[in-house]
Amino acid sequence: MSEQRQGWTREQMAERCAFDIPNGSYVNLGIGIPELVADYVPEGRELIYHTENGLLGMGPSPAEGEGDPELINAGKKKVTLNPGAAFFHHADSFAMIRGGHIDVCVLGALQVAQNGDLANWSTGAPGAIPSVGGAMDLVAGVRTIYVITQHTTKDGTPKLVESCTFPLTGVGVVKRIYTDLAVVDAVGGHFQLVELSPGVDFDYVRERTAAPLLPIVQGD
Amino acid sequence: MIDKRVGSVAEAVADIFDGATVMIGGFGEAGSPIELIHALIEQGATGLTVVNNNTGSGEVGLAALIKAGRVARMICSYPRSTNSTVFPDMYRSGQIELELVPQGTLAERIRAGGAGIPAFYTPTGVGTPLEEGLEKRNFDGRDYVMVRGLKADFTLIKGQVADSHGNIVYNKTARNYSPVMAMAATTTIVQATSVVEPGKIDPETVVTPGVFVRRVVEVPNPAQESVLIAAGVTFP
Repeated sequence: MSEQRQGWTREQMAERCAFDIPNGSYVNLGIGIPELVADYVPEGRELIYHTENGLLGMGPSPAEGEGDPELINAGKKKVTLNPGAAFFHHADSFAMIRGGHIDVCVLGALQVAQNGDLANWSTGAPGAIPSVGGAMDLVAGVRTIYVITQHTTKDGTPKLVESCTFPLTGVGVVKRIYTDLAVVDAVGGHFQLVELSPGVDFDYVRERTAAPLLPIVQGD
Repeated sequence: MIDKRVGSVAEAVADIFDGATVMIGGFGEAGSPIELIHALIEQGATGLTVVNNNTGSGEVGLAALIKAGRVARMICSYPRSTNSTVFPDMYRSGQIELELVPQGTLAERIRAGGAGIPAFYTPTGVGTPLEEGLEKRNFDGRDYVMVRGLKADFTLIKGQVADSHGNIVYNKTARNYSPVMAMAATTTIVQATSVVEPGKIDPETVVTPGVFVRRVVEVPNPAQESVLIAAGVTFP
């Protein structure tokens, strides 16, 4: 058994992120924990989900054994349609992304640097099959990029770093990071603590962050 | 009279030649023209450059084409397939080349190729390893890389309904790359679940206009990749 994990669960990280997404946003959710964000949209808000393989108005997964293998999301899982959904081809889908028409994108990360650099597509390990998908297009074109990730890897290595050692996905693109321990902004070239998860203190997070971490700015 | 119908998938792919560049529609299994790909395997053309988002799954469809040793080079964005070891094994042992392209850049390169645009600038990939070797230019304070339009000798796609003029309607997210790939090839070949007379498709709903299509073949009950794999099918 490793050290008992403190802080937010995956679901709570997703819920905390969902809280920050404005009503009416067009949103692209990456694969993994970001997908959970759709389950925690606060009541009274409507978001429209974009999936880059060619659908706006993506709904939840169908019941087990149902659905259409030709109605899938970017993770190649079966999905459903919400009222008002639209299909389009790949070049149009990425025109929405690159052209700045998608408001928010939530992605996973291998590393995030204090200047907002993101590495999330390759560890550069020998023998790895390099696969980039749409991540570089998303970070180049979507106005607000959020990251949801565990604060450290399973062996305790910090994922929030001074500068990324893995190959980059984009330069200076990440605005806010939601981890199991904290909400952290990448702003002005530094990590700025925004919120601590319950029961976690500043030093605990700082020790697990491989770059300077500015304390929470107290409001008046 | 214009009639682009051909009688069989074998006839549809008969003139694909060794060394051809072939675009294949589909994102994962959605929109994958499996029957055309299997006909191409049987036809025997080799040394192909294939453009697809992925590299296929199991040992059917695109993965089977790769496994048969017919593909010299893949141009794709996400070659790491959840359900296949075919491409990874051949890539690691140096039997197949890979040109990795960000997904949106790949789609736009294909669109540009079909639209008569030889190159364009995109912000995607700037500052990453994928900018290597690309010309850079600054517009309005932001860096962009120049990428080339992409054309093909043949495109193989799957539609839901086609008419004998080559107009196509797709099924849901099976549309993905097919409309832009249809534009980018000298010869575009479509397999459709049903082929109808001109006038039967509402012109307001046509997604790919027939001008981009050379051949149409009816495949009434197309196989789904996941169903074949679950049943343990391999091709040939």
